[in-house]
Amino acid sequence: MTAVTETDAASAVAEPRIRKKGMGMPARHMVILALLLAAGIIAPFMLYPVFVMKILCFALFACALNLLLGFGGLLSFGHAAYFGSASYVAAHAAKVWGLSPELSILAGTGAAALLGLIFGSLAIRRQGIYFAMVTLAFAQMIYFFALQAPFTGGEDGIQGVPRGNLFGLISIQSHFATYWMVLAITFIGLLIIYRVIHSPFGQVLKAIRENEPRAISLGYHVNRYKLTVFVLSATLAGLAGATKAFVFQLASLTDVHWTMSGEVVLMTLLGGMGTVFGPIVGAVVIVSMQNYLATWGAWVTIVQGIVFVICVMLFREGIVGVLQKWLKKTL
Amino acid sequence: MFELIGIPPQALFGQLLLGLINGSFYAMLSLGLAIIFGLLNIINFTHGAQYMLGAFVAWMLLNYLGISYWWALFLVPVIVGATGIVIERLLISRLYHLDHLYGLLLTFGIALIMQGVLRNNYGISGLPYSIPPQLAGGQNLGFMFLPNYRGWVVVASLFVCLGTWFVIEKTRLGAYLRAATENPTLVGAFGINVPLMITLTYGFGVALAGFAGVLAAPIYSVNPNMGAELIIVVFAVVVIGGMGSILGAILTGFGLGLVEGLTRVFYPEGSAVVIFVIMAIVLMIKPAGLFGRTA
Repeated sequence: MTAVTETDAASAVAEPRIRKKGMGMPARHMVILALLLAAGIIAPFMLYPVFVMKILCFALFACALNLLLGFGGLLSFGHAAYFGSASYVAAHAAKVWGLSPELSILAGTGAAALLGLIFGSLAIRRQGIYFAMVTLAFAQMIYFFALQAPFTGGEDGIQGVPRGNLFGLISIQSHFATYWMVLAITFIGLLIIYRVIHSPFGQVLKAIRENEPRAISLGYHVNRYKLTVFVLSATLAGLAGATKAFVFQLASLTDVHWTMSGEVVLMTLLGGMGTVFGPIVGAVVIVSMQNYLATWGAWVTIVQGIVFVICVMLFREGIVGVLQKWLKKTL
Repeated sequence: MFELIGIPPQALFGQLLLGLINGSFYAMLSLGLAIIFGLLNIINFTHGAQYMLGAFVAWMLLNYLGISYWWALFLVPVIVGATGIVIERLLISRLYHLDHLYGLLLTFGIALIMQGVLRNNYGISGLPYSIPPQLAGGQNLGFMFLPNYRGWVVVASLFVCLGTWFVIEKTRLGAYLRAATENPTLVGAFGINVPLMITLTYGFGVALAGFAGVLAAPIYSVNPNMGAELIIVVFAVVVIGGMGSILGAILTGFGLGLVEGLTRVFYPEGSAVVIFVIMAIVLMIKPAGLFGRTA
């Protein structure tokens, strides 16, 4: 019996690499998405809406990073740049230009996309560890920029961002009203990521991750794929950041700091790199942990460091990755 | 007093000296990173935390045991290097067969733990560490005032950097090291204990960071975040220089420190980002780095 399970486990591990041809969503993924949506609808009645919104924003952020890291095999250690600058631009647009929330979020997301295009086209010139260092360095440049630029408010950040009226009509002043907007944005973002992963583009991406020289020899313009996924990932990270500006009505230096880049990598790693739903689990765990340890000062940093070490040493598949192995299904 | 392109010479040379001092730290840290990367193939994210640890251990030696700066210069690298060896043996050595990114993630986690623990115990306001009496005061060079301690930092760092270069490029031990960087299996076949060499190399790289920490303690206040911001700049330095050459790492470190100092004179707003801008330009023109070999 043990022998049989062992071979089954082996084939289950191999499965994520070789996917079936059909592009239709497997039933279990549909069920999970429906359950997630249901949980999202019930959650604000059970928990503090701002807490759940924070989880939603970070879930989208982590999924965006996972698109790049888990499926493209590119470790960006500077994703806070896109998250944070989108947050600043959206906050500025809403507060100073007086734009409506949806336009502000669009502006923030656009800024992140542009930034992703510039930094991405430079960063993909190096591979592996250098790529991580380059992205981190560019993010630090954005941090210094945010620290000094006149419109970012330095140490104070942009505070008291007005939530205004969605489409100029629906007031989102209450946390509850904002919540539905955030849930909708997050869910649409997740569906986009899901679609990208399971598209022919996503398949080529995985091929590049597994064996770049071979993908090149098959005639794919590898750098074009890498840049596209980088921009997509930065854009979605920006969407999460811009939305976050309306949740907390604040854009601050924390959003562009390197610790933020580390946190989102941790969420992805803990949940399971290269799994579809892992980063969401990672975001739930890490945000909840920060919430409970908030009064403990530097312990948040220490615990995060310990989780990092444990994940890398013992638990590289992440929570959903381990689940995947048990169930022998890709999640 | 004469003026140079509208800048008083005191200001110019003062900033150049500051740049040279920053450059000393860039050089020592990027040198350590390059040596570790060469043999272990990991980017040691803990490097900044180990530099910070060096400053803290020097502070602890002085305040708890009354051990002076000069002894700390020898003791701290040994202590910090020893902690590095423990980390390498217990954790990093188990990751060599995996993707290099895991080494980066692991060392990032360790850096977070170190920083968090010290922040818990000592806060973030910074601890004072006074300049040793033998190096107090300064020299008037006519065109500028040179504080003795700052001069000493540049000299000590140059000495350590060139010493390291000499050992690696000109001695038998260094030859083994370079050979093991090229082909560890083959070097092992000649009867050289490569795993031991890897451990000691990591220990040495970390000791360099600890030494830099002691040098930094009297200049910058000793605080838990001092390494984190620095190491990111050093990463950019490493990307610019490329990690292929020891002398290249040293030159790039000092050179970029000077460029940063000059920027502070002529365009102060840009001084925090100038190294990153240079990195972007180098990536456009010579992606492998100034002294790098294409991977």
